[in-house]
Amino acid sequence: MTDARIEPAATAPELIRNFCIIAHIDHGKSTLADRMLGITGVLEARLQKAQYLDRMDIERERGITIKSQAVRMPWEVEGKAHALNMIDTPGHVDFSYEVSRSLAACEGAILLVDAAQGIEAQTLANLYLAMENDLTIIPVLNKIDLPSADPDRYAAELAQLIGCEEDEVLRVSGKTGLGVEALLDRVVRDIPPPVGVADAPTRAMIFDSVYDTYRGVVTYVRVVDGSLKPREKIAMMSTLATHDLLEIGVISPEPKPTKGLGVGEVGYLITGVKDVRLSKVGDTVTQANNRAAESLGGYREPLPMVYSGLFPLDGSDFPVLRDALDKLQLNDASLVYEPESSVALGFGFRCGYLGLLHLEIVRDRLEREFGIELISTAPNVVYEVEMEDGKIVSVTNPSEFPAGKISEVREPVVEASILVPSEFIGTVMELCQERRGQMGTMNYLSETRVEMHYTLPLAEVVFDFFDQLKSRTRGYGSLDYEPAGDQTADLVKVDILLQGEAVDAFSAVVHRDAAYAYGVSMVTKLKDLIDRQQFEIPIQAAIGARIIARETIRAIRKDVLAKCYGGDISRKRKLLEKQKAGKKRMKNIGSVEVPPEAFIAALSTSDDGSDKGKKK
Amino acid sequence: MSDEARLSVAHERDFGVYIHVPFCAVRCGYCDFNTYAPGESEFSSRSDYVAAALSEMAGARATMGTDSRPARTVFIGGGTPTMLDASALGALLNGVRDTWGLDADAEVTSEANPDSVTRESLGELASAGFTRVSFGMQSAVPHVLATLERTHNPDNVARAVQWAREAGLAVSLDLIYGTPGESLADWETSLDAAIALEPDHVSAYALVIESGTRMGSQLRRGEIEAVDLDTQADMYEAADAKLSAAGYGWYEVSNWAKTDDQRCRHNIAYWTSQDWWGIGPGAHSYLGPTQSADGSPIPARRWWNVKLPRAYASRLAAGEDAIAETEPLSADDLALEAVMLRLRLAEGMPVGDLPERRPERIAALVADGVLDGRAALAGRLVLTLRGRLLADAAVRALT
Repeated sequence: MTDARIEPAATAPELIRNFCIIAHIDHGKSTLADRMLGITGVLEARLQKAQYLDRMDIERERGITIKSQAVRMPWEVEGKAHALNMIDTPGHVDFSYEVSRSLAACEGAILLVDAAQGIEAQTLANLYLAMENDLTIIPVLNKIDLPSADPDRYAAELAQLIGCEEDEVLRVSGKTGLGVEALLDRVVRDIPPPVGVADAPTRAMIFDSVYDTYRGVVTYVRVVDGSLKPREKIAMMSTLATHDLLEIGVISPEPKPTKGLGVGEVGYLITGVKDVRLSKVGDTVTQANNRAAESLGGYREPLPMVYSGLFPLDGSDFPVLRDALDKLQLNDASLVYEPESSVALGFGFRCGYLGLLHLEIVRDRLEREFGIELISTAPNVVYEVEMEDGKIVSVTNPSEFPAGKISEVREPVVEASILVPSEFIGTVMELCQERRGQMGTMNYLSETRVEMHYTLPLAEVVFDFFDQLKSRTRGYGSLDYEPAGDQTADLVKVDILLQGEAVDAFSAVVHRDAAYAYGVSMVTKLKDLIDRQQFEIPIQAAIGARIIARETIRAIRKDVLAKCYGGDISRKRKLLEKQKAGKKRMKNIGSVEVPPEAFIAALSTSDDGSDKGKKK
Repeated sequence: MSDEARLSVAHERDFGVYIHVPFCAVRCGYCDFNTYAPGESEFSSRSDYVAAALSEMAGARATMGTDSRPARTVFIGGGTPTMLDASALGALLNGVRDTWGLDADAEVTSEANPDSVTRESLGELASAGFTRVSFGMQSAVPHVLATLERTHNPDNVARAVQWAREAGLAVSLDLIYGTPGESLADWETSLDAAIALEPDHVSAYALVIESGTRMGSQLRRGEIEAVDLDTQADMYEAADAKLSAAGYGWYEVSNWAKTDDQRCRHNIAYWTSQDWWGIGPGAHSYLGPTQSADGSPIPARRWWNVKLPRAYASRLAAGEDAIAETEPLSADDLALEAVMLRLRLAEGMPVGDLPERRPERIAALVADGVLDGRAALAGRLVLTLRGRLLADAAVRALT
């Protein structure tokens, strides 16, 4: 950036544009962002790495962005240089709070939709949020170079959604660069510049907070009022904690220290803190010696929605897992965990997540970055159990579901919005009915696309609802949901017993109508997963003392190699060594040896077997 | 270092010679042994075989040096040793005699196909010094033999046994159980037929269908169905019951003999970690720990020869050894092998020979009926009938 008029800390607000891109996971947001970096000259072509903005390998592999970042780009319109701050937002429902904070940092949003697929439910949800925040929306169809693109159809859909003319919907290809310059021009022309009070006490909103091994926590802020300068002392308004501002700067596309950040500007702060929980998304940053009277509002503590147990496959990895979770939490304020011990799985942690994707990301990162092999128990939600004596028990682990006299059980529910081509309405209704859904309204987005609203128990959604929705709608269905309080339900705990002993890791809280199907599916799965042993092993499913399903693994009678002559000895010894090593990995439930794979397979939600029983 | 001191190491162990003859008239569908049939190019090296084997013996003698001692047992296996004529087998035995010497009461066995022997050839073997012949009977039931692709006529077995007796040879019969399609009744028929021939010794092996064999492919394609483990266990128990009733005592998981003298001493040498040299393509050898001429220790060694007969012959013709690979054996390896092998024997092993004390595990195995409780109290680990079928599980528990 050579133009002095758009130097950080010295840019007039009217030359600044803050915007984000709202898009579904594979609709090409990162490719478009990379293209913008290239066209504005921020990223030299030879340095371009596909999806530059997605930092983590895991994001690159999944093609999604987990942590948002902000990049500053120069763009000239009618001879006048502007500073564009592109704020990258996560696209998944698990991170809806982070999305809302990113949106709050912008004045405008590019609504990016795949010209071959149309809008998806999550995008629609984020679009609503953006419109709620009074953001200016620039509708854009991407991937118009694809042979399967149908831009006329989807332009009509977008125009109807946001109330504009069809010809106002831009058509671009992030891949070829077609239309991207025109899009940048539109950003400057349509999106209003930020407004703030330069001489008021400083208020800046944290919209992201990332842990960096070398720098500690990197906090991304949008300055609303006043300004931030290096070497100042700053304060967090939710906790009143103060920190020294060691470095302040903008990303373009690498971090560049600046003389500060003024009204409307977006950049990063480094204070030397090591834990993202000290620099929380949504919090307001002010000056320690000139505090603002009021925060910017909108801050809330992350609330775990889904719990599951994480256990190291090898029990001796427990300390490694603990350290790994400690490190992950530095970068993920939403992750909560506490030690848990399971009779079946040994020592581990009960972890709380924002949702299923968050769970998968945490587990993946633990396995990949820390090299820990893990068993994770089936995800569950938090139940409130009211006992007849009025005591209320909050159950985050099914094995702790109380045994005494229960007057009622409450479970969290969500308001789900499902977008599907209209031919799948019946399919979705069937699925939601199986999952105890209550139908709400239904809106036609266009002649062929429908938005269906359902109230669903969160427990039914976290299981494999999304997979089922995708497979039953041939990939067309999309889902968004948000918490909507709780409801009472006829829920029971089903225990799975091996040789009469309950295996805590397999206990589940399920609706009474689904208990039998759950029991049958678990005992059947386990029968196939556990090897025959020297004694008979009954596998039972029980509600309290009542057995609802049973299978038996017969005792093995023959476990001996026929021959063992001279030429067989080495091979036989190696086989025994291998078997012994395999035995060491076994988890012992009483005297039954259960291979860790059995836990993984039995607890996996991707197996259709568990669903068949539920079908009417 | 005196010779006597050196004698105290290797010479405490017996020495045996195994000779592998890698040729067969046909390859049976279940067989994954190192053997070659007419039509396979390696079969052509049959003519070089005896010379190559004799040349390996000469090298072996040199390698063993002062550890060399007369063979207590010789076992010619295959393949089908009787694919070579009796004079060739005699020449191999003479090779052993000339190389290491042969104990006066040595046990000398040849495996034989009932179809490829005659009264004369068996007589020749006896005159050459063979004491024992082991016939691959496998089954007496035609459809089982057909599935195994064994070509012999069941009646030939009786005739061959008769000839062997006339020649003064001890007789062992090999049986296979658990062939796809074989019923328990079929197996009992075979057992009765074998017992009726009054052999001195019977081996009964569960059929293992290896993935690389023709039968393995048939199994994979679903053309045949493996006999389940429970039926195999029933078959084993039937074998033990019938053989015991007929006066045969088990002395190893898969072996029964009329008297202690009729046990196969060569195989017992494998199971008690004696020394042996395997001559021939793909043959394994094992020499226990010993010491060199200067008294420095030489650890136990196991190695095996190159598999292909032509490569084997050409290596030896070039004056090289035939070793394909040598396996270093740690003390832990040897300890595990000792338990794995000795536990299979009727005499079992002393509790004190376990690599680690395992009183709780032993008690659990006794309680579970795997180990004989009386023997355990007397300080020996001996498998029960149930335990023989679970021997591998017992070894895993004890090591």
